[in-house]
Amino acid sequence: MAAHLSYGRVNLNILREAVRRELREFLDKCAGTKAIVWDEYLTGPFGLIAQYSLLKEHEVEKMFTLKSGRLPAADVKNIIFFVRPKLELMDIIAENVFSEDKLHSSRDFHILFVPRRSMLCEQRLKEQGVLGSFVNIEEYILDLIPFDGDLLSMEYESAFRECYLENDQTSLYHTAKGLMTLQALYGTIPQIYGKGECARHVANMMLRMKREFAGSQNQILPVFDTLLLLDRNIDLLTPLATQLTYEGLIDEIYGINNGYVKLPPEKFAQKKQGESSKDLPTDPKKLQLNSAEELYAEIRDKNFNAVGAALSKKAKIISAAFEERHNAKTVGEIKQFVSQLPHMQAARTSLANHTSVAELIKDITTSEAFFDNLTVQQEFMTGVDTDKVNTYIEDCIAQKDPLIKILRLVCMQSVCNNGLKQKVLDYYKREILQTYGFEHILTLNNLEKSGLLKLQTSSRNNYPTIRKTLKLWMEDANEQNPNDISYVYSGYAPLSIRLTQFLARPGWRSIEEVLKMLPGPLFEERQQLPAGLHKKRQQGENRITLVFFLGGVTYAEIAALRFLSQMEDGGMEYVIATTKLINGTTWIKSLMDKPKPKTP
Amino acid sequence: MSLMTANWNPLGEAFYRKTELYEMSWNLREGLKDSLLSAAPYGGPIAVLREPHRRSPRSRPQLEIYSASGVSIASFPWKSGPVIHLGWTVTDELLCVQEDGSVLIYDLFGSFKRHFSMGQEVVQSQVLEAKVFHSPYGTGVAIVTGSSRFTLATNIDDLKLRRLPEVPGLQGKPSSWLVLTQDRQTKVLLSNGPEFFILDNTSCTSVCPPGLGPHYGNIIHMCVSFNYKYLSVFTDSGHLWTGPSHLQDSLSLVDTKKTSRPEQMVWCRRPKSQEPAVILMWDHLLLVVGVCGETIQFPVDDPCALVGELDGVRIISSTHQDFLQEVPLVCQDMFKIASMAPGALLLEAHREYQKSSQKADEYLREIKEQRMLGEAVIQCVEAAAHEYDTSTQKALLRAASFGKCFLTDQSPDQFVETCRELRVLNAVREASVGLPLTHAQFKQMTLQVLIDRLVYRQFYPLAIEICRYLKIPDYQGVSCVLKHWASRKVQQKDLSDEAIAHAVCSKVGDTPGVSYAQIAAKAYECGRSELAIKLLDFEARSGDQVPLLLRMKRSHLALTKAVESGDTDQIYTVVTVLKNEMNRGDFFMTLRNQPVALSLYRQFCKLQELETLKDLYNQDDDHQELANYYIAASYREKRLETRLSQLQNAVDEFNRAKNDFSAKATEDEMRLLRLQRKLDDEKGLRLLGLSLQDTMETLLSSGLHKQADQIYRDFKVPDKRYWWLKLKSLAEKSEWEELEKFSKSKKSPIGYLAFVEVCMKHNNTFEAKKYVSRVTAEQKVKSHLAVGDLEGAAEAAIERRNDAEIGAVLSRCSTTDRLLIDRLNRARAATQRK
Repeated sequence: MAAHLSYGRVNLNILREAVRRELREFLDKCAGTKAIVWDEYLTGPFGLIAQYSLLKEHEVEKMFTLKSGRLPAADVKNIIFFVRPKLELMDIIAENVFSEDKLHSSRDFHILFVPRRSMLCEQRLKEQGVLGSFVNIEEYILDLIPFDGDLLSMEYESAFRECYLENDQTSLYHTAKGLMTLQALYGTIPQIYGKGECARHVANMMLRMKREFAGSQNQILPVFDTLLLLDRNIDLLTPLATQLTYEGLIDEIYGINNGYVKLPPEKFAQKKQGESSKDLPTDPKKLQLNSAEELYAEIRDKNFNAVGAALSKKAKIISAAFEERHNAKTVGEIKQFVSQLPHMQAARTSLANHTSVAELIKDITTSEAFFDNLTVQQEFMTGVDTDKVNTYIEDCIAQKDPLIKILRLVCMQSVCNNGLKQKVLDYYKREILQTYGFEHILTLNNLEKSGLLKLQTSSRNNYPTIRKTLKLWMEDANEQNPNDISYVYSGYAPLSIRLTQFLARPGWRSIEEVLKMLPGPLFEERQQLPAGLHKKRQQGENRITLVFFLGGVTYAEIAALRFLSQMEDGGMEYVIATTKLINGTTWIKSLMDKPKPKTP
Repeated sequence: MSLMTANWNPLGEAFYRKTELYEMSWNLREGLKDSLLSAAPYGGPIAVLREPHRRSPRSRPQLEIYSASGVSIASFPWKSGPVIHLGWTVTDELLCVQEDGSVLIYDLFGSFKRHFSMGQEVVQSQVLEAKVFHSPYGTGVAIVTGSSRFTLATNIDDLKLRRLPEVPGLQGKPSSWLVLTQDRQTKVLLSNGPEFFILDNTSCTSVCPPGLGPHYGNIIHMCVSFNYKYLSVFTDSGHLWTGPSHLQDSLSLVDTKKTSRPEQMVWCRRPKSQEPAVILMWDHLLLVVGVCGETIQFPVDDPCALVGELDGVRIISSTHQDFLQEVPLVCQDMFKIASMAPGALLLEAHREYQKSSQKADEYLREIKEQRMLGEAVIQCVEAAAHEYDTSTQKALLRAASFGKCFLTDQSPDQFVETCRELRVLNAVREASVGLPLTHAQFKQMTLQVLIDRLVYRQFYPLAIEICRYLKIPDYQGVSCVLKHWASRKVQQKDLSDEAIAHAVCSKVGDTPGVSYAQIAAKAYECGRSELAIKLLDFEARSGDQVPLLLRMKRSHLALTKAVESGDTDQIYTVVTVLKNEMNRGDFFMTLRNQPVALSLYRQFCKLQELETLKDLYNQDDDHQELANYYIAASYREKRLETRLSQLQNAVDEFNRAKNDFSAKATEDEMRLLRLQRKLDDEKGLRLLGLSLQDTMETLLSSGLHKQADQIYRDFKVPDKRYWWLKLKSLAEKSEWEELEKFSKSKKSPIGYLAFVEVCMKHNNTFEAKKYVSRVTAEQKVKSHLAVGDLEGAAEAAIERRNDAEIGAVLSRCSTTDRLLIDRLNRARAATQRK
């Protein structure tokens, strides 16, 4: 069921099993039948840890969504609230409990806080007079959720906003805790590198927590050699650009949520003979996307322009495999063919699905609008006319294209120009306010506060220097058979990944100048290993680096890191962790403020 | 060693032996006479209250507490009321049951802990007799009062008094009684003259031990075994009846030929006893009565106290302490005269081996021939565990070790474990420590409890040594001991804070698992806040420091520590406390010095207390944020006037923040809102709240061109955007004439291709064509193609000699356009030649 988690260099299934075990233990603590009341936000992440079947095995008979008012009727012994520690949720729980008591008196209430229990929330429950109604109040430490064999995410949506806009470091505390859990399972990580304020803060907390737990020293041979902590705000540019890998495009266009994507159903209609095409499905087609699917693992990190070829090659292989049956003569041969049949059929379904997805995407990527947008992005990234009002952006505003598209472009221009001139900035802002509404002044303010949009204060623009030193733009990016990470954006090499690449070889000392231009401190820490746990590396065995993106990472960046892992002479493999899997749209959205006007 | 069986006394199939545990260290001049004495099982401490009934204030009775070896632990004059009974709890606390029914609890060191009462009515009727007993729930107390009523408390830590039903015909105290715990139920068994009752919560039932007819006389004494399973009763005819305590059956009935009431009576048996016995004591006689009917007599010179243990009986006299037990089976096998048990042979073999005699080999051969060497080793090891004498232990273990040499597949675990355990047991049996535990008792009580007891008795170094020796993980062993030591240390009143902090820190260092916060909490409980704060400084977990600091009302320090920990929940908690504790001004000032806490509090206010948020910004003179606050607030207003006044506030704040752009934008918005309201009123539209662009669009689609144009001018809308808007709007409404007029109003800032495309979007080729001629040269081909005019497109492309454009036209040609294709190809060839 989650075998794909164990295929990577680091077996992330250990982590999944650990959290599953904890969940089972909690469920068993509440003896008897149960109903779970879900904080809706948690259902997605939980789905990656435990399917309904696991819950069912532990006598969970009903599931509800947390909402105010009265709980739905359910003939169960226990009511368990699975919630994040948020005050507003406590008020809803209190309401639920109050309306419940009058009806039944024999039901037991429990709360499971994810990922941590909170005194503040318990205090609120106490003030509401319901704290005593709970038999168990516990925490379920679910910080890092394994998404794939080499990918962990905290799915902490507001992390970037909290850190860079609100100076709220809750997410960083959870990050540090999560990394401690990881070290408890996979050994102490001997070397820590980092760049950025948040990275520094996380490292400090980790080191302190380690002191706190001194002695309960774990005796596990370290799996990771290095931890690299990167603030998202040292590379604001990358997420703004449109991702051009297959997975990246699926996310840009349809949005991937907790490993699932919902697609328009038309292309997936089963074409069976004799059946009229009248009743086309109307529910969106839901696909799970991870490396458990062989074909998807193969193509997801390719540049989209290379996906077609890969699909047709795969199609040939599959039909050839089906042709084999004509050659099967003996009973043994036929038996062998039949035994492979389920696997082949799965491969065929998978191929059909992804061919449909690719067609859907192709319709968009070949459109003029997509092309124009990409051209402007690439102009910005290469530093063409970044200091003037851009006509394309202007036209898009006039056509009232989606606001987020506009914001992505304007922010990109600002980042690539180290801020915009007052005149240009004011012009864009006025255009946006007049076209999309004055209320967006708050969003604009947020973007300025988080540095995505800024006023040029010095005439010096660092971006070209950074671009040249780090080779962020590669003219001859090879999309079909890439030799450099720049293929993921058809020319642009993500800054964050270049930093990672430089760290592995030749080391950050060679790019000190550039690192100074990026915000936040640069640091290196060593964690002492207990004697006897120093790793003896086999000849030719790669080192493993855990790269943690504080504030989010895109699928294209992940693809670039996977590309680096697979480089034959790389000598380094990467496991990726982040507070949230993002793309430009979800990222900008998390920074928006939209006051809801009251209608008179 | 050779006289192992010297102190063995046969009893039925088995033997009983009396081993000396200690020569008592105490010096009891008057012996145990006229004293109330209580000793706790498992080698527990001994409490002695001399002359408990003496009441003169000038000479109070003395309460003394000794270790099992008689080392004095505490001694103090008894100042409270007359004591009826002494007893120990399972956690080695001393219970003193007074005549008035109050029970005083002291710790091992004689410090008063607390007291409770066995009921108000007892004050009047008084306690006649009391018993302390152990139940599955903990330690209990039972009393019988002057009004002949029994009251029980089954667990003194969770006090629930139960008054048992009246016993028919009972006047004063019963002739004998005891407390019995069966099936998690506590009952009282009592005899009153010829009658015998079981008394439980609800009823008093008359019973009769099977086989004990009335002709055997009245029951005058009784006792129950250590595990409550067996009962024995003594009648005034001198008969001793034994049987299971459920009284369904009997084991034996023995005539002791003694008719006087024994002073004490205790069961002596052990798990898997072969020959259990009851020990009875009279003035000068100790009588062991086996269930088999046989007896052993020991003379006693001095009054003694009998303490029932799991596997025997401790006999405490004023000078000695002995342990009386049935000789364990394995020891019998080992040491019985002429025993041929493999273990005995192995012991003999080893003895010969030490003498360098070849007989060693003969013995070994004999064991090996029977394939019993493994068994022999185990016997030696097991027997060693049961022996109290260290030289016997050594001899047995050496023999085992010798035997092991000839075995290849014997697991050494049992041997090693026994060696270690014996070493620990020998250490705690030392008179200076005084815990005479047998191996069986040790196994029953567990190592963890043993360490706890050593810690409780403040044998910290020994406890630590044992932990290290047995390699107990630090967090269960050494850390625990140090924690207790430190908690004890901070209570030493004669030492300065500095000295204690230093002592604690130098000993504890950063031993894992020792929480300085807990030690500090202890110090605080003892009223030493300064010491607590000093100790807290050593706590590595800043998070753990916070709750105590809050309790100590050191909220500022708590805030600093919470911020250090990075745990935002904790920061919130402290902030909430501070908020309730301080006046608003001070609270805000405190937050100002803690930016992290301040921003968290802002977040909290954003969700919960918007008004406070404003005050916070005000205090910081953060005009930008204040302005944003007012803007957000304006959207919560329903009435336009209040909305405008909020926006005006925002304008003022933006001005203060020198944010000219936002001030202007906000003013524009206000202007727009007023205008929208005016237009809504005049024209019956619903413009209020729309963006400027949407307002213009709505006006245009409602045909209000003049008003739209006015806005376009007043709000300095860029030409391009307005032209696009107007173009689309006119086309939408198919106002083609108007569109043409508009296109001619001035030179289009968006060019004319846009006109062509928009017309075509509405499928109006006729109108579209009107604009084709007006597009710039670069867009000619594109616009011709847009209206489907291939000829025109070709013309323009050829004229411009643009290869790409020629290609574009070609791609649109179909096969019927032969002529055109030829022309284009020729033109292409011509351009390429150049």
